[in-house]
Amino acid sequence: MTEQSPANKTKPKLALYWAASCGGCDIAVLAIDDKILDVASIFDVVLWPVAIDAKVRDIERMPDQSIDVCLFNGGIRNSEQEYMAQLLRRKSKILVAFGSCAHEGCIPGLANLYDREQIFQYVYRDSPSVDNPQGIVPVPEYQAPEGMLHIPVFYDTLKTLDQTVEVDYTLPGCPPEADNIWAAVQAVVAGLGGAPLPPAGTVIGKDTTVCDECARARNEKKIKAFKRTWEILPDSETCLLEQGLLCCGIATRAGCGALCPKVNSPCIGCHGPNSGVEDFGARMMTALASVIDANTPEEIQRIIEDGIPDPLGTFYRFSLAHSMLRRSVLPGGNGRALPLTESPVPEVSR
Amino acid sequence: MTRVSIDPITRLEGHGKIEIFLDDAGDVANAYFQIPELRGFEKFCVGRPAEDMPNLTDRICGVCPEAHHMASAKALDALWHVEPPPTAKKLRELFYSIFFATDHTTHFYALGGPDFIVGPEAPVAERNILGVVKKVGMEIAGKVLKMRRDGHNLIQMMAARRVQPNWALPGGVSRGINEEQRQEIEARGREAIDFALFSLQAFKDIVLANKEYVDLILSDAYTHHTYSMGTVDEENRVNFYDGMIRVVDPDGKEFVRYHPSQYLDVIAERVEPWTYLKFPYLKQVGWKGLVDGKDSGVYKATPLSRLNAADGMATARAQEAYEEFYKTLGGKPVHQTLATHWARLIELLYATERWVELATDPEITGPEYRSLPTATPDEGIGSVEAPRGTLTHHYRTDARGILTEVNLIVGTTNNYAPIAMSVKKAATSLIRKGHVTEGLLNKVEMAFRAYDPCFGCATHTLPGQMPLEVVIRDVRGGIVERLTQRLGG
Repeated sequence: MTEQSPANKTKPKLALYWAASCGGCDIAVLAIDDKILDVASIFDVVLWPVAIDAKVRDIERMPDQSIDVCLFNGGIRNSEQEYMAQLLRRKSKILVAFGSCAHEGCIPGLANLYDREQIFQYVYRDSPSVDNPQGIVPVPEYQAPEGMLHIPVFYDTLKTLDQTVEVDYTLPGCPPEADNIWAAVQAVVAGLGGAPLPPAGTVIGKDTTVCDECARARNEKKIKAFKRTWEILPDSETCLLEQGLLCCGIATRAGCGALCPKVNSPCIGCHGPNSGVEDFGARMMTALASVIDANTPEEIQRIIEDGIPDPLGTFYRFSLAHSMLRRSVLPGGNGRALPLTESPVPEVSR
Repeated sequence: MTRVSIDPITRLEGHGKIEIFLDDAGDVANAYFQIPELRGFEKFCVGRPAEDMPNLTDRICGVCPEAHHMASAKALDALWHVEPPPTAKKLRELFYSIFFATDHTTHFYALGGPDFIVGPEAPVAERNILGVVKKVGMEIAGKVLKMRRDGHNLIQMMAARRVQPNWALPGGVSRGINEEQRQEIEARGREAIDFALFSLQAFKDIVLANKEYVDLILSDAYTHHTYSMGTVDEENRVNFYDGMIRVVDPDGKEFVRYHPSQYLDVIAERVEPWTYLKFPYLKQVGWKGLVDGKDSGVYKATPLSRLNAADGMATARAQEAYEEFYKTLGGKPVHQTLATHWARLIELLYATERWVELATDPEITGPEYRSLPTATPDEGIGSVEAPRGTLTHHYRTDARGILTEVNLIVGTTNNYAPIAMSVKKAATSLIRKGHVTEGLLNKVEMAFRAYDPCFGCATHTLPGQMPLEVVIRDVRGGIVERLTQRLGG
């Protein structure tokens, strides 16, 4: 697909890439079903590791700004991913942070509660199944008897794409839903054809909340106690938050059709906050404070502590890396909360 | 010493990299299969409420989130000492059977199958799903797409989302199904059985009828005599959702049959400094390096090993296919890695038969789909067969159910050692006196593609052509030769 047939010369160029992610975003792109064939016919796909074999070397050789659109999923966890983010930024006119990992860090961003040493210590030394009396951990450069072996440098901090390079648009969701992906593709195609594109920095999606798409009946919310999901059998009709379950729909961007509440599961916030909200967790806490039935700050505190034993992991489940908290303090201090220029870009071993 | 780098750049959980070193005579001195990525789930899940785990660990893999969702749910049952009601267990297994059938379909037609259906010697540009369509006809392409779409739609209907479900809880699931949904599931399941039978027949017609392909499957280059692992029911038949884990030795004799909660007595993991992935092995046998045989703790956890570790299949037509499989390949156990593709189709048939069995179970629409836990949580281990191997989740919590320790042994990880061995063997058999052939590229691909490695997560999706590049350098790093395999190039 990278060979330049005459027909490709006029087609816009599309790249898709994955960094620290689970592969679900690529599955989501494929889950647009038959429309994937339209994508293949509209674009000259120059990079998509899941589907075609264009090499990074081919991308390195392309002139800057020669890729029209790059959909980048995954957070930046190691040196190779950082290199790829910088490379694709340089080569692309439009860079889209695709999905929760690139947008907010997603679940892997919870690793920012620890640092590299702590993660390695557990994974390679303390885990109950590991047998490692010599305490070996992986190293970026290892001198094997036959020659030097390289692996990327694992960073202390997982960064989002926009903490690494400038991002033009963001498509939220873990993963984004098929309809939203298709709408975004169409918007970009229209833009390439001369239609006005949304202003840079736009998060592509609805500007309402999951509550607005949820069919459950809502009354005046007065919550005296939060329940954990395993503690109660919620009914299928009433707002889950009113039943005491910590449903994140109240602060989460719409666009999924409130799929989780349909099966009695509270929204877990995978689409992130609405436009203009800097910090999802802070927004959640503000929203909850307004529905808690309490008279004093102490009572609010008690209701939260009793029913929400892990506020950080609950309110920042998907967004820790992108939040105002960003990460725990590193040993030796990290100046501000997040050392955005933590590591010089090491040479990528490839 | 000459170095040959095979760097797909594509993802094998991030991506995988193969470094092959040649000695002065130009023969393979050693080969390293490296995994360059880690995310650290086992560490950062500590401190989280345990009931969040089905949703957190979903994000380990977006290709098989259903497997993590189920292993996690079972670990939570054990953690809270709660027994899900029969309807809940059946709903989970039904959901899991649908997932298995969908996932195995994708792998066979898009990733593994093209080598055989189109042919290992076919032009690279045709050796993909499009080539499969050309060879077997547009009608089957429609069937494959329908199978995938149906599977995803049913998963969304039951468990909220097509990718990353949100449904399982300690003691059951968040919602059951009604009669109308049951009918839909049954109808799609009956079509799925036909599809599975069709797929097995296609394999027989195209692959088994061709002596060249059969010789390839049986060739020494793709054979490893290792232990085989798989989950079995009380009659030692294959089960994906629940049972005891059985390991048979390279001769097919039972080595151990254990409850998932005893996994630490059986499995240990080796750390190497040159890769981020650990190597699990059988503890009682010990780690002897990347070698075959009864004295080496290396085992496989794949469709093939599941068949080897079991005495049969629990559904009628899958059992017939199972018997034919061993009859054709000369008895149990089978150690030819490429036979894994055939084994996968037998599992596909079993999954679809089980799907219909459960969809027609009178209890499946029952109102009791959850038991609320009442005991204090402490420790729980849960395990399922993921499509790519036995998957184990192990949690410890405080009395509030906040995680204090998490250990995960993930499907493909079980197979890290055999995959590395297969890669080395393919390289060794093809590289002689410094001569690297174009055939190496596809032969190496075929060696690890049989495992459906989830390092490559989504690689089992579209055209299924693992891009490879081989760079041959002299001792000073100068490029001697560069071979690239392209798709549609």
